[in-house]
Parts: sequence; structure tokens; C-alpha cells
Amino acid sequence: MADDALIAAQRLSEWVSRAPTLEEDVALANIALDQLGVARLLLQSLGDEDELAYLRSDSEFRNCLLVELPLGRYRGDLDFGWTIAWLLFLTAAQHLRYNDLAGSDPVAAKAVKESAYHLDHATQWTIRLGDGTQESHRRIQAAIDELWPYTHELTEGLRERWLSIVDPVLEKATLTRPSDEGWKPSGGREGQHTEHLSYLLAEMQSLHRAHPGATW
Amino acid sequence: MTSDPLWEVFVRPRRGLSHTHVGSLHAPDEVMALRHARDLYTRRQEGVSIWVVPASAITASSPDEKDSFFDPAADKIYRHPTFYELPEGVQHL
Repeated sequence: MADDALIAAQRLSEWVSRAPTLEEDVALANIALDQLGVARLLLQSLGDEDELAYLRSDSEFRNCLLVELPLGRYRGDLDFGWTIAWLLFLTAAQHLRYNDLAGSDPVAAKAVKESAYHLDHATQWTIRLGDGTQESHRRIQAAIDELWPYTHELTEGLRERWLSIVDPVLEKATLTRPSDEGWKPSGGREGQHTEHLSYLLAEMQSLHRAHPGATW
Repeated sequence: MTSDPLWEVFVRPRRGLSHTHVGSLHAPDEVMALRHARDLYTRRQEGVSIWVVPASAITASSPDEKDSFFDPAADKIYRHPTFYELPEGVQHL
């Protein structure tokens, strides 16, 4: 959960200064910062947060594959519809996991309120893009089709409950839920990642590795 | 998306105070406007309630009308409570 939030925060921060509007820029940065905040609290509960975030290699990360994927069709691409589909899938799962732990864990109790807002943001945009113009519908449907296989690893143990959140949103957005048959990539939880994580970590960790303990 | 309509944002700082205009933003509809307002104007616990109003729904006085609207009030001192002398013996005022 900590790695999911940490990697998601790094990914989402790629939108800063690039979002379609100033308002959305702030909204996405806000969500990225919330993700980072939760990641930090969780990592602090496990050990030295800097060591865990900056000094592990890719095979030592336990995040699911979905969060490390680029927010567009290829590395370096930033597609808004893609990002919203990614955010919807991720935050629906995070909200369920935090909710399950909120009674016993203070970090989860804080995170569950934030994740409700993240999920709402993704939901609102999914409906507007899916039920928007032909182009916005085409783009987000393409993203949903491409990302769907990765949701199996993401929702391990809570698939049915996750579908009960995501299905009504897709329906309201006039989008088609892809088939559950076929490819179900996984391995992230065992440290087997895509090449995308290596690039992401190179960017995230380079400063700390060059200047250990640097602050500003 | 720059053609999104403009919304004026009002925030109530806490219970008992009235909503105060804090700024404006662009959003495609009222639901997104409210969410953007939350992100832009209440990040530091500025409020407990938000209103968003389409800027187009606001009718404003024009600077050209300043003279006819506001100047006449200037010389009507009897509109202010300080104009009236308090009679002797009046209490609780």
C-alpha cells in the first residue's frame, strides 16, 4: 500500500504545470501530494522513509504494476483521459483498502477521507469524458481497454467490491467494461516490474543518490 | 477547455459568518466548479461551506453609474445614527 501510494504520487506529479487547465493542475497536484503524504506515513511506520523510498532498487518495490505505468500510451506521453481511467481504478481500490483498515489504523483513517475525494474526482471526470465528446469518449475507452488487465493485480482480494464501485461509473459514463478473460499481468507484489518503474525510480532517486540527505 | 465558463466562489469561514467572495475559477459545470473551489480556495482550512455562482448570473453595477448610485448617500447625514441627539434619560440605547 505504501509503495502503491509512493509510485502513484511520483507518476501523478508529472502533470504539474501540464494539466489542461490551471484548476485541474492544482487538483492533480493536490491528489499527488495526498498520495505522497500517506506513503510517507506508511513508510515511517516501517522504517527509515528516505532509505525505503530512495535506496531500494526496482525489484525491492512491492507496488502493483498499474501505478508504475506511464499516464499515456507510451513512456513520456501524458494523456488526460488515460490518467483519469488510471486514477479511477487506483483510487477505488485504495478507498476500499483504507476503509477496511480505518478502524484500527490512524493512517488509514486519515487516508480514507482523502481517497474518497480522489475517487470522486476521478468519477466526475470519467463521466464527463465518457459522456462528453466523441474524441474524449474514444480516448478514455481506449485507456480503459489497455489498463483493464492490470486491474486484476490491483484488486486482488477485493475484485467484487471494486467492480461494484467502478461498474456504475462506467455505465453512467456510457463506457464499456472490458472482458475479464485473457491477459492478467502481475508480479509487482513480488518485485517483478515493468521497465517503466526503473525509469521512474531513476528520476525519483537520482538526487538523493547523488547528494545523500539533501534538503531544501 | 479555456472556453469553460467562469464561476465566482464564496466561502464561509466558519459558522455564524456569512459567505465572502474569495475569487473565481473556470469549470465545465457546477459540480466541477465546487470541487475546484475546494482545491483552490480551502486548502488551508479557510472554510466550512462553499458557494459557486456562474459569473454570468451576477448583475453588477457599472463604474459609470458611480455618481448616480453612490454619491447621493454622501450628504445625507441624517441616515447615520450619529445625526440624532440622544434625549435625556434614554437608557438601553
